[in-house]
Amino acid sequence: MSAPIEEPGEVLAADGTPLKRSLARALRVQKLRALMLIAPLLIFILVTFILPVADMLYRSVENQIVSETLPKTVVALESWDADSGEAPDEAVFAALAADLQIAAEQKIHTKLGTRLNYENPGMASLFRKSGRQVKKWDLETDGPFKEQFVDVDEDWADPEVWQTIKTYAPKITAGYYLNSVDMKLGADGVEVRPESERIYLTLFGRTLFMSFVITASCIVLGYPVAWLLANLPMKTSNLLMILVLLPFWTSLLVRTSAWKILLQQQGVINDILVWIGLVADDNRLVMINNQLGTIIAMTHILLPFMILPMYSVMQSIQPTYLRAAKSLGATNWTAFWRVYFPQSVPGIGAGSILVFILAIGYYITPALVGGTSGTFISNRIAFHISISLNWGLAAALGGILLAVVLIFYYAYDKIVGIDNVKLG
Amino acid sequence: MTHKTLAALLAATALSTPAIAADMTVVSWGGAYQTSQQKAYADPYMEMHPDVSIIWDESSNDATAKLRAMDEAGNVTWDVVDVEGPDAVRLCDEGLAMEIDVDAQLAPGDDGSTATADFGDSLISECFIPQIVFSTTFGYRTDVEAWGGNTPSDLCAVFDLDTFPGKRALQKSPKKNLEWALLCDGVEKDDLYDVLESDGGIERALAKLDTIKDETVWWSAGAETPQLLADGEVVIGSTYNGRLFSVIEEQHQPVAMLWDYQVFDFDGWIIPANLPAEREAAALEFVKFATDTQRLADQAAYISYGPARASSQPLVGKHAELGIEMAPHMPTNPENAKRYLVNNLDWWADNQDDAEAKFQAWLVK
Repeated sequence: MSAPIEEPGEVLAADGTPLKRSLARALRVQKLRALMLIAPLLIFILVTFILPVADMLYRSVENQIVSETLPKTVVALESWDADSGEAPDEAVFAALAADLQIAAEQKIHTKLGTRLNYENPGMASLFRKSGRQVKKWDLETDGPFKEQFVDVDEDWADPEVWQTIKTYAPKITAGYYLNSVDMKLGADGVEVRPESERIYLTLFGRTLFMSFVITASCIVLGYPVAWLLANLPMKTSNLLMILVLLPFWTSLLVRTSAWKILLQQQGVINDILVWIGLVADDNRLVMINNQLGTIIAMTHILLPFMILPMYSVMQSIQPTYLRAAKSLGATNWTAFWRVYFPQSVPGIGAGSILVFILAIGYYITPALVGGTSGTFISNRIAFHISISLNWGLAAALGGILLAVVLIFYYAYDKIVGIDNVKLG
Repeated sequence: MTHKTLAALLAATALSTPAIAADMTVVSWGGAYQTSQQKAYADPYMEMHPDVSIIWDESSNDATAKLRAMDEAGNVTWDVVDVEGPDAVRLCDEGLAMEIDVDAQLAPGDDGSTATADFGDSLISECFIPQIVFSTTFGYRTDVEAWGGNTPSDLCAVFDLDTFPGKRALQKSPKKNLEWALLCDGVEKDDLYDVLESDGGIERALAKLDTIKDETVWWSAGAETPQLLADGEVVIGSTYNGRLFSVIEEQHQPVAMLWDYQVFDFDGWIIPANLPAEREAAALEFVKFATDTQRLADQAAYISYGPARASSQPLVGKHAELGIEMAPHMPTNPENAKRYLVNNLDWWADNQDDAEAKFQAWLVK
């Protein structure tokens, strides 16, 4: 028995344009304004964060140098059978002579040598030496070149050299990623590296393990402190807060060096232990330049990142809940465990994420106090960036580290729920 | 800020641009070494050229990486860079350093020799302008009771835990350590690199190092060993000879030098490739002055590294502040250089990555 609904004609705004369009226009202006407001931040993040990360990921697979420096050789090599056990024929060597002459003129042949040397030791000097000679040759008259190349360096007769060039000819390579998981691109596809060269998986595993231990130690040490901060009278808790923040504001290097002085074998702690007779003078404890040293120093350095989020969450927990639980007959422990603790979990969550993600990428402290057993994967990344200049490998290692963090973040979200994390 | 002051500021910046053009950024290592360069080269140079002002940047430690990044960004802000020999070779290979025509662009020796002859073996790369010879060698504490009055007299004392118990400090790098290990494993000096390059050569050296691995602290900065020795954390350790000189002669710690099989290395300048012509000319003028015979000899008055020129050797005098004769403290002094190695740049340029991988894998085991 409903009244017949009028067929709605097009609703018009005051100026006669359809309301829909007019609304959309108004919204668009609003959206644009909002976008303009966040534009500085967006551009900032894009330039300082997204683009560098994208550039790093690109570097970890990029491999144009071979085909750009030796374009003719790469083409000529296509017909060469890598399993033949013999060096390629004259056509390839002639192409190499032509390519190298141009490359040596532009002084880029040594750069290629350095790149290939990462995969096959000896290529650096091979290219340096050959470039010097090839410059003097006349391409028209001085052929055939195969023997001349072998005269310059007999490595040119070694099929392994050619396999390396052929394997790394494509513009995109998985080589760096394979290197980062202790494998390599051989002539017959992917191979596992010999045991004496395996290192990265061990380091990834150790980095993860130690980051977990550091996070756990931060929780154990930080929880009582945060509780005290949140529950003591204002005057005392302010003082306590300064004690937490003071080291936080102190230079990282100063704190790390302080731990060095405290923990070393002729250090303060050992001296005291020897003095009170707990430890024999010739049997002093080794507490630094190993995993223990790294864990102690990093736990101390990262502790404020655990305490501060915990504290801000605990402060918002009403003390009346605890009193209510106790008045209903709960023991101190039950009241804490069943009522207080669950409410403080978001603080632990936030602190753990902060500490874990910071720990996994740390490198200064492990480098200074880690010795050999307490170094992280980031120390190797730093090494490849600044010493070996193998930026591709550094980028691949960094890419894997990034993936690991994202996987953990995803798992954390699934198990704990990222909504349960409170920073304040 | 009013528009007027803003305009005035802009005008001032514009006016000061010519002065900026005469600024020269020189990159070095900081510390006592940079001070010695400042006193021996930069101060006299600026006195002669009042329009040039030298700005120091203490980035030599990661100069190769930074230079590469600057080059990729197309904005190289450095004019002269102090690097060790191996880095110079690498930068030259990467096309990041400018090639030098030694006889045309550097000063001839004061004794009439050509620059090429005067620098001799120290010309290790087309891009390298040699400055000093330094060595990596061992220092030991002279007050270790457990040694029962023995003092180390040769390199292999480092591997002799029975006679010389205690912790060692070694560089966290395969270079030098592998050579030393093989020498004490019975390999002749002349066969070193043949053995290292053969199958299982590196493994053999690592097996020798294994005998002292548990007693070793690994350093990565040259300042660590002097500190470790002074604290008594280690009883014997390798580092650069200048660092040990300062521990012994300046800080008077109970430490002595063990020169046996010191490893010589060169340190010097490179000029970044593709600088604007004006800056390149200014940089060349500076290095020509800074590496002439007298200047190199002057530097030895401030630090115990040997000048890279033969013609500078007779001019080495006394330490500027301590007043002691410097010649006996030079690594090149015949008394100190009875047995020595020279850093084999060619071999390491090829095998660094391979050796490094094996060494690091061995370290974390």
